[in-house]
Amino acid sequence: MALIEAQEITKIYRLGDIDLKALCAISLSIEEGEFIAIMGPSGSGKSTFMNIIGCLDKPTSGLYMLGGADIGGLNRDELAAIRNKKIGFVFQGFNLLPRTSAIENVELPLLYNGIPAAVRKKKAAAALKTVGLEGRENHHPNQLSGGQQQRVAIARALVNDAPIILADEPTGNLDTKTSAEIMKLFVKLNKESNITIILVTHENDIALYSRRIIRFLDGCIVSDGSVEKP
Amino acid sequence: MNISSTIRISFRALKVNKMRSALTMLGIIIGVGAVIAMLAVGTGASKKMSEFISSIGSNILMVLPGATSAGGVRMGAGTQSTLTLGDAEAILKESPAVADVAPILGGIAQVVYGNQNWSTGVTGTTQSIFTARDWNVASGRLFTEQDIKGAAKVCLLGQTVVDNLFGSIDPIGKSIRIKKIPFTVIGVLEAKGQSPSGQDQDDVVYVPVTTAQKKLFGAAFPGMIRMMYIKAKSREDIPIAEKQINELLRQRHRIGPRQENDFTIRNLTQILQAEEQSRKLMTLLLGAIASVSLIVGGIGIMNIMLVSVTERTREIGIRMAVGAKTWDIRLQFIIEAITLSLIGGIVGIIIGVASSKILSFFAGWPTIVSPFSIFLAFGFSGLVGIFFGFYPAYKASLLNPIEALRYE
Repeated sequence: MALIEAQEITKIYRLGDIDLKALCAISLSIEEGEFIAIMGPSGSGKSTFMNIIGCLDKPTSGLYMLGGADIGGLNRDELAAIRNKKIGFVFQGFNLLPRTSAIENVELPLLYNGIPAAVRKKKAAAALKTVGLEGRENHHPNQLSGGQQQRVAIARALVNDAPIILADEPTGNLDTKTSAEIMKLFVKLNKESNITIILVTHENDIALYSRRIIRFLDGCIVSDGSVEKP
Repeated sequence: MNISSTIRISFRALKVNKMRSALTMLGIIIGVGAVIAMLAVGTGASKKMSEFISSIGSNILMVLPGATSAGGVRMGAGTQSTLTLGDAEAILKESPAVADVAPILGGIAQVVYGNQNWSTGVTGTTQSIFTARDWNVASGRLFTEQDIKGAAKVCLLGQTVVDNLFGSIDPIGKSIRIKKIPFTVIGVLEAKGQSPSGQDQDDVVYVPVTTAQKKLFGAAFPGMIRMMYIKAKSREDIPIAEKQINELLRQRHRIGPRQENDFTIRNLTQILQAEEQSRKLMTLLLGAIASVSLIVGGIGIMNIMLVSVTERTREIGIRMAVGAKTWDIRLQFIIEAITLSLIGGIVGIIIGVASSKILSFFAGWPTIVSPFSIFLAFGFSGLVGIFFGFYPAYKASLLNPIEALRYE
């Protein structure tokens, strides 16, 4: 059984009288431990697809199975619980809580999982160590560089031992050198911890860090193939 | 998610915006402070009132002479001299509902002891006034039958007069002069304190009514008195006594069936109790007005919470993305609102108590801060927090996480 199984997923936005078809019958399966890059121009439906995969949004029709369970019939709070336990998010704009220390940002998913304070601290510190931010636990986001902020976000995605990381243009706000560092971190997490990583990107050289590239256009998948590693 | 971490999140959010939190609380602080101070002033006033009611004695009727009228111009109660000592004695003897009658005749006079002098109200009366008003001597003795019958030149002093004339000297047995006539001090009355209108009830000198008539305030005709204090046997007897006195005095004064009374009977206890009631109503009214400011304070909290929700849309999105459920978000904002209103409530209680102390210290108003008013104000501010915090919290919890995350 695949980790992520999408069958005939469509998404239609209703704008007044016009129906806007954002996704046209997408079928896709992703195995555990894959590293996937999703590419495509703006408005191609890749973000909509990511939102559905990330349980932030529901498909208009079609079946979405995550870890063998049907997500379709779940309510808001049940989806929140799935996001909390199964999915770690990394965003282009980092999306850390301002005026809140790095370790407290990382603790956030644990907080909503009812983990006791002592365990929270330990796990958050360990996650920060994994992303190479040991010693910066008490720095606030505005005291950290962009790359460091993105590492905090990755630590937050890791801390609940989620099997999937969804990264929406994680290097979009970073320079080339820092981007490479972040991508190497993803590769390492994928290899060493067998975390399934799905990332959205515009850039070819970023996509090349993955092992499978899916291209979207006008709400449909136009190509899906593995990356030839030199 | 557990409550304690929600509380921590809420506290941190409030700490980050210290100035705004303080200003928001100000509304509640003023509201709670006003409620407590107003209730303290009101409670103090009605407590003072009921103290005064018991200080004038219970079940008291006052009989005053009627109004004179000269050429159609009526002069007001007490301007005519129609009451006599004989009336007083007859009432006591013939009205079964009356326990005691105290005639009163008096005026302002200069009182001299040694090189000290003091102007005060000198009242001619009998020992009955002291039973009627539940009043006793602090030292010495009250009048006797002989003092009254023999128009003895003896007097009883109120505490204020003693303080002004004698200072620390024991006045019992000393001789003072009232209108140049020497009187022997036989007793000092217990202190009664101020009446609600601010009159010093201890600034008095009592002499036998007969002495007052003959020596001090030369009456217009023999036996004339200015008014009577009458004590009914019980509370239920007050209206009966009123009726009996009315009939008796009409008969004694030979007033025909169509003629108006030449005297007035006042039910003092009733008047004062009515006033006490109106003061209680006043307290309620003050409290109600102050609660309006508490509600306005609550609306201030709602306003700030709504701003806060909008401002923190992205934060809410992040929290939702990492797994915050509907009630996690709701509780966070409700607890923020409750924290604001409860801290405001506590500060308001302190300020309310302090300002009522300041009021009684500088303005001399009697104030009583009742535990009930503190409980009420605190509970009410908590409710305000829940009530006005719920809507913003509800709004926050319904945000769409995708849109919230994209919010700039």
